[in-house]
Amino acid sequence: MRRPSLTAVLIGLVPFVGMCFTVPWWDRISPMVCGLPFNLFWLLLWIVLSSICMAFANGIEETRKKERHNR
Amino acid sequence: MTPAVVAMSIIVLIVFAGTLLGLRAGKGRHMNLEEWSIAGRSFGLLFMWLLMAGEIYTTFAFLGASGWAYSRGAPSLYIMAYITLGYVVSFYILPCIWEIGRRHGLQTQSDFFERRYGSRFLALLVSVVGVLFIIPYLQIQLTGLGIIVQVASFDHIPRNLSMLIAVCVVAMFVYFGGMRSVAWVSVLKDFLMIVAALSIGIFVPWHYFGGVSPLFHALANAHPEHLVMPGATKTMGHGWFISTVLLSACGFYMWPHTFGAAFTARSGEILRRNAIVTPLYTISLIFILITGFAAVLIVPGLPNGDMSLLVLARKSFPAWFLGVIGGAGALTAMVPAAIILLTASTLFAKNVFRPVFAAQMPEESVARLAKIMVLVLAATSFVLALHSSSTLVALLLLGYAGVTQFFPGVVLGLFWNRVTTAGVTAGLLAGLATASSLMLAHRDPFFGLNAGFVALVLNFVITMAVSFSTPRQRNPFPLAGEEQDVIAPRPARASDTAPASLSG
Repeated sequence: MRRPSLTAVLIGLVPFVGMCFTVPWWDRISPMVCGLPFNLFWLLLWIVLSSICMAFANGIEETRKKERHNR
Repeated sequence: MTPAVVAMSIIVLIVFAGTLLGLRAGKGRHMNLEEWSIAGRSFGLLFMWLLMAGEIYTTFAFLGASGWAYSRGAPSLYIMAYITLGYVVSFYILPCIWEIGRRHGLQTQSDFFERRYGSRFLALLVSVVGVLFIIPYLQIQLTGLGIIVQVASFDHIPRNLSMLIAVCVVAMFVYFGGMRSVAWVSVLKDFLMIVAALSIGIFVPWHYFGGVSPLFHALANAHPEHLVMPGATKTMGHGWFISTVLLSACGFYMWPHTFGAAFTARSGEILRRNAIVTPLYTISLIFILITGFAAVLIVPGLPNGDMSLLVLARKSFPAWFLGVIGGAGALTAMVPAAIILLTASTLFAKNVFRPVFAAQMPEESVARLAKIMVLVLAATSFVLALHSSSTLVALLLLGYAGVTQFFPGVVLGLFWNRVTTAGVTAGLLAGLATASSLMLAHRDPFFGLNAGFVALVLNFVITMAVSFSTPRQRNPFPLAGEEQDVIAPRPARASDTAPASLSG
Protein backbone atom coordinates (compact mmCIF):
# COMPACT_ATOMS: atom_id res chain seq x y z
CA MET A 1 0.00 0.00 0.00
CA ARG A 2 1.17 3.51 -0.77
CA ARG A 3 0.43 6.90 0.73
CA PRO A 4 -1.39 9.30 -1.62
CA SER A 5 1.13 11.77 -3.08
CA LEU A 6 1.61 15.12 -1.38
CA THR A 7 0.25 17.02 -4.40
CA ALA A 8 -2.94 14.97 -4.36
CA VAL A 9 -3.39 15.61 -0.64
CA LEU A 10 -2.85 19.36 -1.14
CA ILE A 11 -5.51 19.38 -3.87
CA GLY A 12 -7.84 17.62 -1.44
CA LEU A 13 -7.36 20.45 1.05
CA VAL A 14 -8.67 23.01 -1.47
CA PRO A 15 -12.38 22.06 -1.02
CA PHE A 16 -11.88 22.19 2.77
CA VAL A 17 -10.63 25.74 2.45
CA GLY A 18 -13.46 26.67 0.08
CA MET A 19 -16.36 25.09 1.94
CA CYS A 20 -15.24 25.04 5.55
CA PHE A 21 -12.43 27.26 6.85
CA THR A 22 -13.43 30.39 4.92
CA VAL A 23 -17.02 30.41 6.19
CA PRO A 24 -16.80 33.90 7.85
CA TRP A 25 -16.08 35.43 4.44
CA TRP A 26 -18.91 33.89 2.47
CA ASP A 27 -21.67 33.46 5.03
CA ARG A 28 -23.92 36.33 3.92
CA ILE A 29 -27.13 36.92 2.00
CA SER A 30 -26.11 39.46 -0.64
CA PRO A 31 -25.25 39.49 -3.42
CA MET A 32 -27.87 36.93 -4.34
CA VAL A 33 -26.76 34.78 -7.25
CA CYS A 34 -29.18 32.69 -9.34
CA GLY A 35 -31.88 33.63 -6.83
CA LEU A 36 -29.96 32.00 -4.00
CA PRO A 37 -28.49 33.72 -0.95
CA PHE A 38 -24.75 34.09 -1.37
CA ASN A 39 -23.83 31.36 1.16
CA LEU A 40 -26.11 28.80 -0.46
CA PHE A 41 -24.81 29.68 -3.92
CA TRP A 42 -21.20 29.51 -2.70
CA LEU A 43 -21.68 25.98 -1.36
CA LEU A 44 -23.40 24.88 -4.56
CA LEU A 45 -20.48 26.28 -6.57
CA TRP A 46 -17.98 24.46 -4.35
CA ILE A 47 -19.75 21.15 -4.72
CA VAL A 48 -18.97 21.38 -8.42
CA LEU A 49 -15.43 22.69 -7.79
CA SER A 50 -14.77 19.86 -5.31
CA SER A 51 -15.70 17.36 -7.95
CA ILE A 52 -13.22 19.02 -10.34
CA CYS A 53 -10.50 18.99 -7.65
CA MET A 54 -11.04 15.28 -7.17
CA ALA A 55 -10.72 14.73 -10.92
CA PHE A 56 -7.32 16.48 -10.81
CA ALA A 57 -6.19 14.49 -7.79
CA ASN A 58 -7.26 11.29 -9.50
CA GLY A 59 -5.29 12.26 -12.60
CA ILE A 60 -2.16 12.76 -10.49
CA GLU A 61 -2.57 9.43 -8.72
CA GLU A 62 -3.10 7.57 -11.99
CA THR A 63 -0.08 9.16 -13.68
CA ARG A 64 2.04 8.27 -10.68
CA LYS A 65 0.81 4.73 -10.85
CA LYS A 66 1.57 4.48 -14.58
CA GLU A 67 5.10 5.88 -14.08
CA ARG A 68 5.74 3.33 -11.41
CA HIS A 69 4.46 0.65 -13.70
CA ASN A 70 6.75 1.70 -16.59
CA ARG A 71 9.84 1.90 -14.45
CA MET B 1 -62.91 9.00 0.98
CA THR B 2 -61.22 11.48 3.25
CA PRO B 3 -57.76 12.81 2.26
CA ALA B 4 -56.25 10.96 5.20
CA VAL B 5 -57.51 7.63 3.91
CA VAL B 6 -56.30 8.35 0.38
CA ALA B 7 -52.81 9.39 1.53
CA MET B 8 -52.45 6.50 3.95
CA SER B 9 -53.63 3.93 1.41
CA ILE B 10 -51.01 5.11 -1.10
CA ILE B 11 -48.27 4.93 1.53
CA VAL B 12 -49.31 1.44 2.57
CA LEU B 13 -49.45 0.41 -1.07
CA ILE B 14 -45.92 1.70 -1.75
CA VAL B 15 -44.47 0.10 1.37
CA PHE B 16 -46.26 -3.14 0.57
CA ALA B 17 -45.00 -3.12 -3.04
CA GLY B 18 -41.47 -2.38 -1.83
CA THR B 19 -41.54 -5.16 0.75
CA LEU B 20 -42.93 -7.63 -1.74
CA LEU B 21 -40.28 -6.70 -4.30
CA GLY B 22 -37.61 -7.16 -1.67
CA LEU B 23 -38.85 -10.45 -0.29
CA ARG B 24 -39.29 -11.97 -3.75
CA ALA B 25 -35.62 -11.20 -4.45
CA GLY B 26 -34.54 -13.14 -1.39
CA LYS B 27 -36.85 -16.07 -2.05
CA GLY B 28 -35.58 -19.54 -2.82
CA ARG B 29 -32.07 -18.90 -1.54
CA HIS B 30 -30.51 -20.84 1.24
CA MET B 31 -30.02 -18.28 3.98
CA ASN B 32 -26.71 -18.74 5.72
CA LEU B 33 -25.02 -15.86 7.51
CA GLU B 34 -23.08 -14.67 4.50
CA GLU B 35 -26.10 -14.70 2.17
CA TRP B 36 -28.27 -12.93 4.72
CA SER B 37 -25.79 -10.26 5.75
CA ILE B 38 -23.78 -9.52 2.59
CA ALA B 39 -25.83 -11.25 -0.10
CA GLY B 40 -23.10 -13.81 -0.62
CA ARG B 41 -20.70 -11.07 -1.83
CA SER B 42 -22.39 -11.10 -5.20
CA PHE B 43 -23.23 -7.46 -5.83
CA GLY B 44 -22.07 -6.08 -9.12
CA LEU B 45 -20.94 -2.57 -9.68
CA LEU B 46 -24.35 -1.12 -10.57
CA PHE B 47 -26.03 -2.58 -7.52
CA MET B 48 -23.29 -1.33 -5.21
CA TRP B 49 -23.60 2.06 -6.75
CA LEU B 50 -27.31 2.20 -6.13
CA LEU B 51 -26.76 1.20 -2.53
CA MET B 52 -24.02 3.77 -2.01
CA ALA B 53 -25.70 6.57 -3.94
CA GLY B 54 -28.86 6.03 -1.97
CA GLU B 55 -26.96 6.30 1.27
CA ILE B 56 -27.32 10.05 1.59
CA TYR B 57 -31.06 9.85 0.97
CA THR B 58 -31.99 8.74 4.43
CA THR B 59 -34.83 10.19 6.47
CA PHE B 60 -32.18 12.45 7.85
CA ALA B 61 -31.66 14.20 4.53
CA PHE B 62 -35.36 14.20 3.70
CA LEU B 63 -36.99 15.37 6.92
CA GLY B 64 -34.01 16.32 9.06
CA ALA B 65 -32.32 18.71 6.61
CA SER B 66 -35.55 20.54 5.78
CA GLY B 67 -36.42 20.48 9.47
CA TRP B 68 -33.21 22.24 10.43
CA ALA B 69 -33.49 24.74 7.57
CA TYR B 70 -36.93 25.51 9.04
CA SER B 71 -36.13 25.60 12.73
CA ARG B 72 -32.43 26.61 12.82
CA GLY B 73 -31.87 28.33 9.47
CA ALA B 74 -28.39 28.74 8.01
CA PRO B 75 -26.61 26.25 10.33
CA SER B 76 -28.34 23.55 8.26
CA LEU B 77 -25.97 24.47 5.40
CA TYR B 78 -23.36 22.39 7.23
CA ILE B 79 -25.07 19.34 5.73
CA MET B 80 -24.14 20.30 2.16
CA ALA B 81 -20.54 20.99 3.18
CA TYR B 82 -19.93 17.86 5.23
CA ILE B 83 -21.35 15.38 2.74
CA THR B 84 -19.23 16.83 -0.07
CA LEU B 85 -16.11 16.88 2.08
CA GLY B 86 -16.87 13.39 3.38
CA TYR B 87 -16.56 12.18 -0.21
CA VAL B 88 -13.29 14.12 -0.57
CA VAL B 89 -11.91 12.29 2.48
CA SER B 90 -13.07 8.99 1.00
CA PHE B 91 -10.79 9.54 -2.02
CA TYR B 92 -7.73 9.20 0.21
CA ILE B 93 -8.75 6.47 2.62
CA LEU B 94 -11.22 4.11 0.94
CA PRO B 95 -8.87 2.76 -1.77
CA CYS B 96 -6.29 1.96 0.93
CA ILE B 97 -8.88 0.28 3.15
CA TRP B 98 -10.07 -1.71 0.15
CA GLU B 99 -6.56 -2.84 -0.74
CA ILE B 100 -5.79 -3.96 2.80
CA GLY B 101 -9.19 -5.61 3.05
CA ARG B 102 -8.50 -7.68 -0.02
CA ARG B 103 -5.00 -8.61 1.01
CA HIS B 104 -5.96 -9.65 4.52
CA GLY B 105 -9.50 -10.90 3.94
CA LEU B 106 -11.20 -8.31 6.15
CA GLN B 107 -14.98 -7.98 6.36
CA THR B 108 -15.75 -5.47 9.08
CA GLN B 109 -14.33 -2.39 10.74
CA SER B 110 -13.57 -4.49 13.78
CA ASP B 111 -11.50 -6.89 11.62
CA PHE B 112 -9.44 -3.92 10.45
CA PHE B 113 -8.57 -2.88 14.01
CA GLU B 114 -7.85 -6.43 15.08
CA ARG B 115 -5.45 -7.05 12.19
CA ARG B 116 -3.70 -3.68 12.28
CA TYR B 117 -3.24 -3.47 16.04
CA GLY B 118 -3.20 -7.15 16.96
CA SER B 119 -5.53 -6.55 19.86
CA ARG B 120 -8.71 -8.50 20.59
CA PHE B 121 -9.70 -5.95 23.19
CA LEU B 122 -9.49 -3.03 20.75
CA ALA B 123 -11.45 -4.97 18.13
CA LEU B 124 -14.14 -5.72 20.70
CA LEU B 125 -14.24 -2.10 21.83
CA VAL B 126 -14.68 -0.95 18.22
CA SER B 127 -17.58 -3.35 17.67
CA VAL B 128 -19.37 -2.40 20.88
CA VAL B 129 -18.97 1.32 20.25
CA GLY B 130 -20.09 0.87 16.62
CA VAL B 131 -23.27 -0.94 17.65
CA LEU B 132 -23.94 1.57 20.43
CA PHE B 133 -23.60 4.71 18.35
CA ILE B 134 -25.48 3.36 15.38
CA ILE B 135 -28.60 3.19 17.56
CA PRO B 136 -29.25 6.97 17.31
CA TYR B 137 -29.00 6.57 13.52
CA LEU B 138 -31.63 3.86 13.71
CA GLN B 139 -33.72 6.04 15.95
CA ILE B 140 -33.64 8.77 13.27
CA GLN B 141 -35.27 6.44 10.78
CA LEU B 142 -37.99 5.30 13.20
CA THR B 143 -38.78 8.83 14.33
CA GLY B 144 -38.97 9.84 10.66
CA LEU B 145 -41.39 7.03 9.89
CA GLY B 146 -43.51 8.08 12.86
CA ILE B 147 -43.67 11.66 11.57
CA ILE B 148 -44.66 10.50 8.09
CA VAL B 149 -47.57 8.40 9.32
CA GLN B 150 -48.68 11.11 11.70
CA VAL B 151 -48.76 13.85 9.05
CA ALA B 152 -50.16 11.70 6.25
CA SER B 153 -52.98 10.41 8.45
CA PHE B 154 -53.86 14.07 9.21
CA ASP B 155 -52.97 13.40 12.85
CA HIS B 156 -55.50 10.59 13.20
CA ILE B 157 -52.83 8.05 14.01
CA PRO B 158 -50.70 9.19 16.97
CA ARG B 159 -46.90 9.27 16.70
CA ASN B 160 -46.23 6.40 19.10
CA LEU B 161 -48.58 4.00 17.35
CA SER B 162 -47.10 4.94 13.96
CA MET B 163 -43.59 4.24 15.22
CA LEU B 164 -44.71 0.88 16.57
CA ILE B 165 -46.18 -0.06 13.19
CA ALA B 166 -43.01 1.17 11.49
CA VAL B 167 -40.64 -0.79 13.71
CA CYS B 168 -42.58 -4.01 13.20
CA VAL B 169 -42.57 -3.65 9.41
CA VAL B 170 -38.81 -2.93 9.30
CA ALA B 171 -37.89 -5.73 11.68
CA MET B 172 -39.97 -8.33 9.84
CA PHE B 173 -38.56 -7.15 6.55
CA VAL B 174 -34.95 -7.57 7.69
CA TYR B 175 -35.65 -10.75 9.61
CA PHE B 176 -37.06 -12.58 6.60
CA GLY B 177 -35.36 -10.79 3.73
CA GLY B 178 -31.72 -9.97 4.41
CA MET B 179 -29.37 -7.83 2.36
CA ARG B 180 -30.55 -8.85 -1.08
CA SER B 181 -34.09 -7.68 -0.32
CA VAL B 182 -32.77 -4.39 0.95
CA ALA B 183 -30.82 -3.73 -2.24
CA TRP B 184 -33.86 -4.28 -4.41
CA VAL B 185 -36.08 -1.95 -2.40
CA SER B 186 -33.29 0.61 -2.59
CA VAL B 187 -33.79 0.89 -6.35
CA LEU B 188 -37.48 1.74 -5.97
CA LYS B 189 -36.76 4.10 -3.11
CA ASP B 190 -34.12 6.15 -4.95
CA PHE B 191 -36.43 6.65 -7.89
CA LEU B 192 -39.37 7.78 -5.75
CA MET B 193 -37.12 10.00 -3.64
CA ILE B 194 -35.82 11.93 -6.61
CA VAL B 195 -39.37 12.46 -7.88
CA ALA B 196 -40.42 13.68 -4.44
CA ALA B 197 -37.42 15.98 -3.85
CA LEU B 198 -37.63 17.62 -7.28
CA SER B 199 -41.38 18.08 -7.24
CA ILE B 200 -41.46 19.68 -3.80
CA GLY B 201 -38.29 21.74 -4.28
CA ILE B 202 -39.43 23.15 -7.61
CA PHE B 203 -43.21 23.30 -7.26
CA VAL B 204 -43.43 24.89 -3.81
CA PRO B 205 -41.33 28.04 -4.48
CA TRP B 206 -42.98 28.47 -7.86
CA HIS B 207 -46.53 28.01 -6.54
CA TYR B 208 -46.28 30.34 -3.54
CA PHE B 209 -43.71 32.90 -4.65
CA GLY B 210 -43.34 32.57 -8.40
CA GLY B 211 -39.80 31.17 -8.21
CA VAL B 212 -36.77 30.56 -6.02
CA SER B 213 -35.47 34.11 -6.29
CA PRO B 214 -38.69 35.80 -5.01
CA LEU B 215 -38.81 33.23 -2.21
CA PHE B 216 -35.37 34.16 -0.89
CA HIS B 217 -35.99 37.88 -1.39
CA ALA B 218 -39.15 37.56 0.70
CA LEU B 219 -37.32 35.56 3.36
CA ALA B 220 -34.39 37.99 3.38
CA ASN B 221 -36.84 40.83 4.00
CA ALA B 222 -38.87 39.07 6.66
CA HIS B 223 -36.18 37.16 8.57
CA PRO B 224 -32.70 38.16 7.32
CA GLU B 225 -31.07 36.63 10.43
CA HIS B 226 -32.45 33.20 9.51
CA LEU B 227 -30.30 33.02 6.37
CA VAL B 228 -26.90 33.54 7.98
CA MET B 229 -25.25 31.71 10.84
CA PRO B 230 -26.03 31.30 13.71
CA GLY B 231 -29.58 31.52 12.30
CA ALA B 232 -32.30 30.95 14.86
CA THR B 233 -29.78 29.54 17.35
CA LYS B 234 -27.46 31.34 19.73
CA THR B 235 -24.56 28.91 19.66
CA MET B 236 -24.19 27.67 16.08
CA GLY B 237 -21.87 30.28 14.65
CA HIS B 238 -18.86 29.91 12.38
CA GLY B 239 -16.75 28.03 14.94
CA TRP B 240 -19.54 25.51 15.30
CA PHE B 241 -19.88 25.23 11.51
CA ILE B 242 -16.18 24.56 10.93
CA SER B 243 -15.84 22.06 13.78
CA THR B 244 -19.05 20.22 12.90
CA VAL B 245 -18.18 19.99 9.20
CA LEU B 246 -14.69 18.64 10.04
CA LEU B 247 -16.09 16.12 12.52
CA SER B 248 -18.80 14.85 10.19
CA ALA B 249 -16.61 14.76 7.07
CA CYS B 250 -14.03 12.65 8.92
CA GLY B 251 -16.76 10.42 10.31
CA PHE B 252 -18.66 9.93 7.05
CA TYR B 253 -17.04 6.56 6.36
CA MET B 254 -16.49 5.57 9.99
CA TRP B 255 -19.97 4.13 10.51
CA PRO B 256 -19.88 0.34 10.64
CA HIS B 257 -22.10 0.09 7.56
CA THR B 258 -20.31 2.72 5.45
CA PHE B 259 -16.82 1.48 6.34
CA GLY B 260 -17.84 -2.05 5.40
CA ALA B 261 -19.06 -0.85 2.01
CA ALA B 262 -15.43 -0.19 1.00
CA PHE B 263 -14.72 -3.93 1.06
CA THR B 264 -17.43 -4.72 -1.48
CA ALA B 265 -16.04 -2.72 -4.40
CA ARG B 266 -14.39 -4.48 -7.31
CA SER B 267 -11.20 -2.39 -7.19
CA GLY B 268 -9.55 0.53 -5.43
CA GLU B 269 -9.64 2.59 -8.64
CA ILE B 270 -13.42 2.41 -8.70
CA LEU B 271 -13.60 3.89 -5.22
CA ARG B 272 -11.24 6.68 -6.24
CA ARG B 273 -13.22 7.49 -9.38
CA ASN B 274 -16.44 7.35 -7.35
CA ALA B 275 -15.15 10.22 -5.26
CA ILE B 276 -15.15 12.43 -8.37
CA VAL B 277 -18.84 11.92 -9.08
CA THR B 278 -20.29 11.42 -5.61
CA PRO B 279 -19.96 15.06 -4.43
CA LEU B 280 -22.41 15.95 -7.18
CA TYR B 281 -25.13 13.93 -5.44
CA THR B 282 -25.14 16.61 -2.78
CA ILE B 283 -26.65 19.09 -5.25
CA SER B 284 -30.03 17.39 -4.93
CA LEU B 285 -30.08 18.29 -1.23
CA ILE B 286 -30.49 21.92 -2.16
CA PHE B 287 -34.10 21.27 -3.12
CA ILE B 288 -34.76 19.86 0.31
CA LEU B 289 -33.17 22.88 2.01
CA ILE B 290 -35.18 25.27 -0.17
CA THR B 291 -38.34 23.50 0.97
CA GLY B 292 -37.39 24.03 4.61
CA PHE B 293 -36.69 27.72 4.02
CA ALA B 294 -39.99 28.14 2.14
CA ALA B 295 -41.85 26.53 5.04
CA VAL B 296 -40.63 29.32 7.34
CA LEU B 297 -42.86 31.75 5.46
CA ILE B 298 -45.74 29.43 4.50
CA VAL B 299 -46.32 27.34 7.62
CA PRO B 300 -44.69 29.23 10.51
CA GLY B 301 -44.90 28.15 14.12
CA LEU B 302 -44.79 24.35 13.85
CA PRO B 303 -43.83 22.77 17.17
CA ASN B 304 -41.50 20.27 15.47
CA GLY B 305 -39.38 21.47 12.54
CA ASP B 306 -38.88 17.94 11.26
CA MET B 307 -42.54 17.94 10.23
CA SER B 308 -42.18 21.05 8.04
CA LEU B 309 -41.55 19.35 4.69
CA LEU B 310 -44.53 17.03 5.03
CA VAL B 311 -46.87 19.66 6.42
CA LEU B 312 -45.94 21.86 3.48
CA ALA B 313 -46.53 18.98 1.08
CA ARG B 314 -49.90 18.30 2.71
CA LYS B 315 -50.88 21.94 2.22
CA SER B 316 -49.67 22.17 -1.38
CA PHE B 317 -50.46 18.85 -3.05
CA PRO B 318 -53.57 16.68 -3.46
CA ALA B 319 -53.87 13.80 -0.99
CA TRP B 320 -52.70 11.13 -3.42
CA PHE B 321 -49.42 12.93 -4.07
CA LEU B 322 -48.90 13.42 -0.35
CA GLY B 323 -49.23 9.64 -0.26
CA VAL B 324 -46.51 9.26 -2.91
CA ILE B 325 -44.17 11.59 -1.02
CA GLY B 326 -44.97 9.84 2.25
CA GLY B 327 -44.41 6.43 0.65
CA ALA B 328 -41.06 7.57 -0.75
CA GLY B 329 -40.18 8.89 2.70
CA ALA B 330 -41.24 5.65 4.35
CA LEU B 331 -39.03 3.54 2.07
CA THR B 332 -36.24 6.06 2.60
CA ALA B 333 -36.43 5.35 6.29
CA MET B 334 -36.88 1.60 5.92
CA VAL B 335 -33.88 0.93 3.69
CA PRO B 336 -31.22 2.58 5.88
CA ALA B 337 -32.93 1.20 8.98
CA ALA B 338 -32.71 -2.26 7.46
CA ILE B 339 -29.04 -1.85 6.44
CA ILE B 340 -28.16 -0.59 9.91
CA LEU B 341 -30.06 -3.39 11.64
CA LEU B 342 -28.33 -5.96 9.46
CA THR B 343 -24.84 -4.55 10.00
CA ALA B 344 -25.22 -3.96 13.70
CA SER B 345 -26.77 -7.33 14.49
CA THR B 346 -24.18 -9.23 12.44
CA LEU B 347 -21.39 -7.22 14.08
CA PHE B 348 -22.78 -7.99 17.51
CA ALA B 349 -23.21 -11.70 16.91
CA LYS B 350 -19.93 -12.23 15.07
CA ASN B 351 -17.49 -9.73 16.60
CA VAL B 352 -18.86 -9.28 20.13
CA PHE B 353 -20.82 -12.30 21.29
CA ARG B 354 -18.86 -15.09 19.66
CA PRO B 355 -15.34 -14.04 20.74
CA VAL B 356 -16.44 -13.24 24.28
CA PHE B 357 -18.96 -15.91 25.21
CA ALA B 358 -18.76 -18.79 22.77
CA ALA B 359 -15.62 -19.11 20.70
CA GLN B 360 -16.75 -22.47 19.31
CA MET B 361 -20.15 -21.23 18.16
CA PRO B 362 -21.04 -22.68 14.76
CA GLU B 363 -21.95 -20.36 11.88
CA GLU B 364 -25.66 -21.31 11.93
CA SER B 365 -25.99 -20.33 15.57
CA VAL B 366 -24.30 -17.02 14.85
CA ALA B 367 -26.83 -16.42 12.08
CA ARG B 368 -29.70 -17.27 14.44
CA LEU B 369 -28.30 -14.97 17.11
CA ALA B 370 -27.90 -12.17 14.56
CA LYS B 371 -31.56 -12.50 13.65
CA ILE B 372 -32.60 -12.32 17.29
CA MET B 373 -30.41 -9.23 17.65
CA VAL B 374 -32.41 -7.58 14.86
CA LEU B 375 -35.48 -7.75 17.07
CA VAL B 376 -33.60 -6.64 20.20
CA LEU B 377 -32.01 -3.64 18.46
CA ALA B 378 -35.28 -2.64 16.80
CA ALA B 379 -37.07 -2.77 20.17
CA THR B 380 -34.29 -0.77 21.87
CA SER B 381 -34.35 2.03 19.34
CA PHE B 382 -38.16 2.06 19.46
CA VAL B 383 -38.10 2.61 23.22
CA LEU B 384 -35.45 5.32 22.84
CA ALA B 385 -37.45 7.02 20.10
CA LEU B 386 -40.53 7.07 22.35
CA HIS B 387 -38.71 8.91 25.10
CA SER B 388 -36.65 11.30 23.03
CA SER B 389 -37.53 14.77 21.86
CA SER B 390 -34.29 15.42 19.96
CA THR B 391 -34.39 16.70 16.41
CA LEU B 392 -33.24 14.31 13.69
CA VAL B 393 -30.06 16.32 13.09
CA ALA B 394 -29.22 16.33 16.81
CA LEU B 395 -29.46 12.53 16.80
CA LEU B 396 -27.16 12.28 13.82
CA LEU B 397 -24.62 14.57 15.46
CA LEU B 398 -24.70 12.36 18.56
CA GLY B 399 -23.86 9.34 16.42
CA TYR B 400 -21.07 11.21 14.63
CA ALA B 401 -19.54 12.32 17.93
CA GLY B 402 -19.14 8.61 18.72
CA VAL B 403 -18.14 6.90 15.48
CA THR B 404 -15.70 9.62 14.37
CA GLN B 405 -13.51 8.64 17.32
CA PHE B 406 -12.42 5.69 15.12
CA PHE B 407 -10.89 8.12 12.63
CA PRO B 408 -7.44 8.53 14.24
CA GLY B 409 -7.07 4.77 14.59
CA VAL B 410 -7.97 4.25 10.94
CA VAL B 411 -5.97 7.09 9.36
CA LEU B 412 -2.87 6.75 11.49
CA GLY B 413 -3.14 2.98 11.13
CA LEU B 414 -3.04 3.38 7.37
CA PHE B 415 -0.37 6.04 6.98
CA TRP B 416 1.84 6.11 10.07
CA ASN B 417 4.09 3.22 11.01
CA ARG B 418 4.83 4.56 14.45
CA VAL B 419 1.26 4.36 15.83
CA THR B 420 0.83 1.76 18.57
CA THR B 421 -2.00 -0.28 20.03
CA ALA B 422 -1.74 1.46 23.38
CA GLY B 423 -1.88 4.85 21.65
CA VAL B 424 -5.02 4.08 19.66
CA THR B 425 -6.80 2.46 22.60
CA ALA B 426 -6.00 5.37 24.92
CA GLY B 427 -7.01 7.94 22.29
CA LEU B 428 -10.28 6.16 21.50
CA LEU B 429 -11.24 5.83 25.17
CA ALA B 430 -10.33 9.47 25.89
CA GLY B 431 -12.30 10.66 22.86
CA LEU B 432 -15.39 8.66 23.79
CA ALA B 433 -15.22 9.76 27.43
CA THR B 434 -14.86 13.41 26.45
CA ALA B 435 -17.64 13.33 23.85
CA SER B 436 -20.11 11.58 26.11
CA SER B 437 -19.38 13.61 29.24
CA LEU B 438 -19.65 16.93 27.36
CA MET B 439 -22.92 15.86 25.79
CA LEU B 440 -24.41 14.46 28.99
CA ALA B 441 -23.45 17.68 30.79
CA HIS B 442 -25.18 19.66 28.00
CA ARG B 443 -21.91 21.39 27.15
CA ASP B 444 -22.39 20.91 23.41
CA PRO B 445 -21.42 23.23 21.73
CA PHE B 446 -18.36 23.60 23.95
CA PHE B 447 -17.11 27.22 23.76
CA GLY B 448 -18.62 27.51 20.30
CA LEU B 449 -17.12 24.25 19.05
CA ASN B 450 -18.84 20.93 18.41
CA ALA B 451 -18.24 18.69 21.45
CA GLY B 452 -17.49 15.67 19.27
CA PHE B 453 -14.82 17.69 17.48
CA VAL B 454 -13.19 18.71 20.75
CA ALA B 455 -13.11 15.02 21.67
CA LEU B 456 -11.64 14.13 18.26
CA VAL B 457 -8.77 16.61 18.66
CA LEU B 458 -8.01 15.25 22.12
CA ASN B 459 -8.19 11.73 20.72
CA PHE B 460 -5.58 12.59 18.04
CA VAL B 461 -3.26 14.25 20.56
CA ILE B 462 -3.43 11.35 23.02
CA THR B 463 -3.08 8.71 20.31
CA MET B 464 0.12 10.34 19.05
CA ALA B 465 1.56 11.14 22.47
CA VAL B 466 1.00 7.64 23.84
CA SER B 467 2.29 6.09 20.59
CA PHE B 468 5.53 8.02 20.92
CA SER B 469 5.98 6.93 24.50
CA THR B 470 5.34 3.23 23.86
CA PRO B 471 7.72 0.89 22.03
CA ARG B 472 7.55 0.62 18.25
CA GLN B 473 5.38 -2.09 16.79
CA ARG B 474 5.60 -3.99 13.55
CA ASN B 475 3.09 -2.62 11.00
CA PRO B 476 1.20 -5.54 9.44
CA PHE B 477 0.09 -3.22 6.60
CA PRO B 478 3.55 -2.01 5.46
CA LEU B 479 3.76 1.18 3.43
CA ALA B 480 5.51 0.73 0.11
CA GLY B 481 8.94 2.32 -0.15
CA GLU B 482 9.38 2.80 3.57
CA GLU B 483 11.80 0.96 5.74
CA GLN B 484 10.38 -0.39 8.92
CA ASP B 485 13.19 0.08 11.33
CA VAL B 486 11.74 -2.39 13.70
CA ILE B 487 11.89 -5.31 15.59
CA ALA B 488 10.39 -8.28 13.89
CA PRO B 489 8.03 -10.09 16.23
CA ARG B 490 10.02 -12.26 18.56
CA PRO B 491 8.86 -15.33 20.38
CA ALA B 492 7.52 -14.24 23.73
CA ARG B 493 10.07 -14.57 26.47
CA ALA B 494 9.94 -13.61 30.11
CA SER B 495 12.41 -10.79 29.51
CA ASP B 496 9.97 -9.13 27.10
CA THR B 497 7.84 -7.97 29.95
CA ALA B 498 10.76 -6.28 31.65
CA PRO B 499 10.84 -2.48 31.51
CA ALA B 500 13.99 -2.71 29.41
CA SER B 501 11.84 -3.27 26.33
CA LEU B 502 10.57 0.30 26.64
CA SER B 503 13.82 1.55 25.19
CA GLY B 504 12.70 0.48 21.68
